[in-house]
Amino acid sequence: MSNNYEPKIIAFCCRYCAYTAADLAGSMRLEYPSNIRVVQLLCTGRIDVLHVLKAFEQGADAVYVAGCEPGDCHFLEGNYRAVKRIAYAKNLLKEIGLEPERLEFFHIGASEGPRFAEAAKEMTDRALKLGPNPLRKKQGE
Amino acid sequence: MIVGDRKPIEEIKEMLAPYKKILLVGCGTCISVCMTGGEKEVGILASELRMISELEKKDWEISETTIQRQCEREYIEPLKEQFEKADVVMSMACGVGIQYMAEVFPEKIVLPAVNTTFYGTNVKEGEWQERCAGCGDCVLDKTLGICPVARCSKGLYNGPCGGTDNGKCEVNKDLDCAWYLIYNRMKEHGKLDMLDEIIPARSWKTSLHGGPRKRVREDAQK
Ligand code: SF4
Ligand code: SF4
Repeated sequence: MSNNYEPKIIAFCCRYCAYTAADLAGSMRLEYPSNIRVVQLLCTGRIDVLHVLKAFEQGADAVYVAGCEPGDCHFLEGNYRAVKRIAYAKNLLKEIGLEPERLEFFHIGASEGPRFAEAAKEMTDRALKLGPNPLRKKQGE
Repeated sequence: MIVGDRKPIEEIKEMLAPYKKILLVGCGTCISVCMTGGEKEVGILASELRMISELEKKDWEISETTIQRQCEREYIEPLKEQFEKADVVMSMACGVGIQYMAEVFPEKIVLPAVNTTFYGTNVKEGEWQERCAGCGDCVLDKTLGICPVARCSKGLYNGPCGGTDNGKCEVNKDLDCAWYLIYNRMKEHGKLDMLDEIIPARSWKTSLHGGPRKRVREDAQK
């Protein structure tokens, strides 16, 4: 593992909750790791196993999907579906030989700025502990 | 539709071990609808294989494509160029598609990525159930639309057996007893007397026991 390893983390965030929470975390001046790249989704129900796999294939060290609290999805059940897809994708990661802990789902309400910062930190900690994704070619790629 | 499951990854890896250039071909019909071997599943398996190749230093080159139907020549033939470039082809179709691609391009080896399991239907989101076994001599008129060949664990024509248990089958408590369903259906239609009719022993020649089957329509031939 190189000493200057800076994890590259992709966060797929629902615009109605986690994405707003990310904004809020910013306005609250909460500190969270700067290596999170946020991808906005209209609903986490849009997440596809293939999005997750492609992120890892292209070298993401960790990926997480953040959606509304149970019962709060604007599209009723998008977040429930996403939870199941993430569980399925974890099994695929196991098949491939990648640690399933590199992938997670979080429920983060729109008002939960601090929760957003915590999730970002947790995934960064996991990526640091697990080391770089072995599929990543070189730092900065 | 024809339903199947993707084979375990270990088996797929073992089959592909001797090859470098691999063409993965999905089918856009039944196996796509049962979420096993359509465009999306081809994308997922291709992505998995590319990552495995990188992690295990396998040097695979994976290309992917999905055609409308692998059981019809006209859809397979346009793949000629892609077949030529590949060392091996792996199909995500049912057993029919896998075989027919190998028949259309006999110079290529076509490997199965799918275990074809049954003819069935999508009873609810994410669940498929067997309905017909292609026995070649349908008795659905005598059972009011519930197949005793595919849906009774013992394939009984005159059921239920003594193992029927509150609507469940003794072979597996997760299964509905087909003859319980048939009984209820007859009752709903006021036709319980049908149960008195003995369905005689039949010839299974029309099923696989008479050898592989074929269908000919001379008026449709050249
Ligand atoms: S009786 Fe034979 S043809 Fe009819 S549904 Fe059952 S298996 Fe299929
Ligand atoms: S319990 Fe019902 S479904 Fe099971 S073998 Fe007996 S008759 Fe067939």
